[in-house]
Order: sequence, then structure tokens, then C-alpha cells
Amino acid sequence: MSLLRTQNLAAFYGDFQALFDINVSVEEGETVAIIGANGAGKTTFLRAVAGALATAPDTVLFDGQPIGDKTAHEIVRLGIAMVPEGRRLFPSLSVEENLLLGTHSERAGPWNLKRVYELFPRLRELRRLPAPSLSGGQQQMAALGRALMSNPRLLLCDELSLGLAPVVIRDIYQCLGAITAEGTTVVLVEQDISRALDASVRFYCFQEGRLALNAPTKNFDHAALTAAYFGL
Amino acid sequence: MEWVNTIIQGILLGGIYALFAIGLSLSFGIMRLVNIAHGDLIVLSAYVALIVGQNTGLDPISSLVIVAPVMFALGYALQRGLLNSTLSGGLLPPLLVTFGISVIIQNGLLQGFGAYTHRLQEGAIETASVQLPGGISVGVYPLMVFAVAVCAIASLQILFYSTRLGRAFRAVSDDADTAELMGIDNRKLYAVALGIAMIFTAIAGILFAIRANFDPAAGPIRLILAFEAVIIGGLGSIWGTLLGGVVLGVSQAVGAALSPTWQILAGHIAFLIILIVRPNGLFPRTRD
Repeated sequence: MSLLRTQNLAAFYGDFQALFDINVSVEEGETVAIIGANGAGKTTFLRAVAGALATAPDTVLFDGQPIGDKTAHEIVRLGIAMVPEGRRLFPSLSVEENLLLGTHSERAGPWNLKRVYELFPRLRELRRLPAPSLSGGQQQMAALGRALMSNPRLLLCDELSLGLAPVVIRDIYQCLGAITAEGTTVVLVEQDISRALDASVRFYCFQEGRLALNAPTKNFDHAALTAAYFGL
Repeated sequence: MEWVNTIIQGILLGGIYALFAIGLSLSFGIMRLVNIAHGDLIVLSAYVALIVGQNTGLDPISSLVIVAPVMFALGYALQRGLLNSTLSGGLLPPLLVTFGISVIIQNGLLQGFGAYTHRLQEGAIETASVQLPGGISVGVYPLMVFAVAVCAIASLQILFYSTRLGRAFRAVSDDADTAELMGIDNRKLYAVALGIAMIFTAIAGILFAIRANFDPAAGPIRLILAFEAVIIGGLGSIWGTLLGGVVLGVSQAVGAALSPTWQILAGHIAFLIILIVRPNGLFPRTRD
């Protein structure tokens, strides 16, 4: 049974339909990438899975259980954590307080402050500072750490590379490797296609709210990806 | 020396204004709820204390052991059952709904208790005073009220900066959507927040009703004083709220020393001056 499965998932912003009939499945332990142009619905997809957007109950299944109608805070408790686009750290909290916020989901598991600081040693040195005083890369580490603190089975990462220098992006993706080595399942949304494909075993390409392509990342057909990405 | 005396009386008067303001400051700081019924909830607390006193024989301050939980429950239920559903539609719906609650409380009290003025009796402490060097005499009761205000603010400081609940409050105040994504049940948290705000409201209501007469229509003026203290101190700032109360108290005391008719007006004028000079208050904290 897939850890995450969506069945004809549709999502709306008011009257505007942002997703049409999305069928995605993610196996336990897999890292799957979702790519697509701006406005293709990648972030909307993550928000729908995380419960930030209301959807029909049966359109999202987590571990076989329908979760489409659950609220965001209920879904975190079931084991889906989100690293939101733009990091969204809490500005009036210190770095450590931001990490501790992840424990409000009250899930037991391997991740705690000590483990997160082992993964990101810089954060231990910066832990007393207010979150906005960190650099972009450090903030991204804190946002990843905060999500890990909820001990997720499924980690949703929205644009980890956004606004970061290439060398910092490389570091972050190395850490992501350490996270998936723990058995955590990851869904990556990325604009940086080569980065996303390097880190994943399969990818889905979205185009204007619809699924355009689903393929393994090894030896995929570049022409097919180009066609799916640009809708040619 | 007379001026020193005036200033001291003003500072102590500020204690009760700060207590009026705490509940308002909390509900605005955490959930951006402008609670127009706040003044009436202060007065309602006094009436609840009156009933508790009549039925149990407890003195007003001891009656807090009953009044505070009752007001917490009322705040929790009000937020959970009614106000939560107004928060997603911008600033106007909560304003209108709490304005409606204000009208309901005032008329409900009028119906139940009549338009008579009441006062809570605490006994000898009301008139006791201590002598300070220089011939200044300070009432024990105002001193106690001020001490309660300082303790209330200090306990909020501890709640906000040293507890798990306080961390959640600050996170929700920063970014409610992301807090929800981290596993915080915002609706429940808001209900707890209004409950806690109502505990401070109960303290304010009882201490105020020992010092002054109250009647069903006494709420709106407390609301205005609470608003002014919050704005002077800076929205969302806990210690700023205490300072706001003190600024208001001192201005009123100085105004009253100049001419008794100037007391209330002097407070409002000080508020307007600060609004012009520092539109965000003395210690602005809240982010939008």
C-alpha cells in the first residue's frame, strides 16, 4: 500500500480550480520530486495534502486512511510535516523556539533537539538568536529542523532552493540525504529541475494544474519532459 | 512635595488601568481580536463577584477563586462557540459581534440587577494608608492594586517567554497559518487565550468594583481607558500596557490637581498627544 495516494484530487481557491484530477502515489521510503513551471499547481498540491486547503475526504489517502477533509493540525499529528515555501519561520521566536514548535504535534520518534543539532551543527551555535537574524540557508535549515521535530513519516518540502546560493543548496540537499536515510519519505517540490531529479527516484511533472508526466528519474526521456514541462 | 504626591497617586491609579487593559492587549496581541465587549466583561465580573459574595459570604478578593474560573469558562466558550467563526473575515466581523455582545451584557445586567449602583465591600483595607517620608500618605489599597498589576504583567511575561503555551501564543500571533501546519490547533488555542484574558478581566473587575461604584452602564468607559492604555503602551507589548496605564493615571492625577474637572479630559489629551507623537505607541511589538 502506498504511504500517500491522491485519487482524482481537485483543489480550488474560491471559484478558481487550481488542480484537476491529480493521481499521485508515493511509496514508503521513497523520495519523489514534483516539478513544473510557475503556477503549475505544485505548491497547491502540497498545501492540499498538508490540509491547508480543503479537499474532498477520499481524494487524499495517507497510509490508506482518507485525510482530505482533515485540518492541517490534525494531519501533522498523523505524520505529514511541511517545510513551507519561503521557510516561514516565526520571526519573534528564537531559532531553538522555532525548532521546539515542531514538538507541538506530539509525535514520538527519532528526532529531537539533539539530533537536529547534530544534523545542522550551525543551528546549535545560533539557537538563541531571533530567527530573522539568520542567513537564508541557515533559515532553511531551521525550517527543515522544525519539520523534523514533529517526527514525520512523510516530509513535504516546498522549494528548498528558493533564493539560496548554489553552494548552500548543495549543503541542504546533502542533509536531505541524511534525512531520507532514516527512512523518512520525502516529496520535493522544486523549480530547480536538475537538483530535484538528482535527489529523487521518481518525478511527476505538473502543467497548469494537471499531471503531465510521471516517470522514474533514471534514463528518462528528455524530450518527453520538455513537452510535459512547457506543454508543447 | 504636593506634586510628588500627585505623581505617586497617578502612578498607583495607573495600576487599575493596566489591569483593565491586559485582557484587551492579550486578545488583540494573539488573535487580532478587537473586543468591544471588554469593558462590559469587566463589569460583568464585578456582578459575578457580587452574586458569589451574597451567596457564599466570601469577601470580594477571596471570591476570585470562583469568579476567575467562571470567567475563564465564559471566555473559552465565547471564543470557541462564537468569535472563532468571525476571525477569518477581516477586522469588521469581530468588531460587530463583540459590539453586539456588549449591548447584550449591558441590557442583561440592567434586566437582572436594575440600574442601581453597587460597590463591593472589602473592609478596613479600603481606607488604610501608609506614611512615606516627606509627609506623603499612600493608600494601602491603591498600592496593593498596583502590586497586583505588576505581578499580573510579570506572570504574563513568564507565560509568554518560558512556557510551551506561551511559545504557541507567540507563534500563532506571528503567523497563524504556519502555526497550524506545525500541529497547533489555533481555534482551541484562541479559546484558551480568551479564557486567560478573562481571568485578568475578573481580577480587574473585582479590584475596580471595590474602589468605585459600578452599574450596568459602567463598561464602555472602562473599555476606552483600556484601549488608551494599550495604544499608549504599543499594541502587543506586555510591559508597554503597564506603562500605558501609568501614563494615563499620571495625566489624570496631574489634570485633577490643576482642576478637578480636568481629570478625565487630561487622560484623553495625553492619549491624543502620544497618538500624534508616537502613532505606534511607546513600545510597538505586534507585527502584521
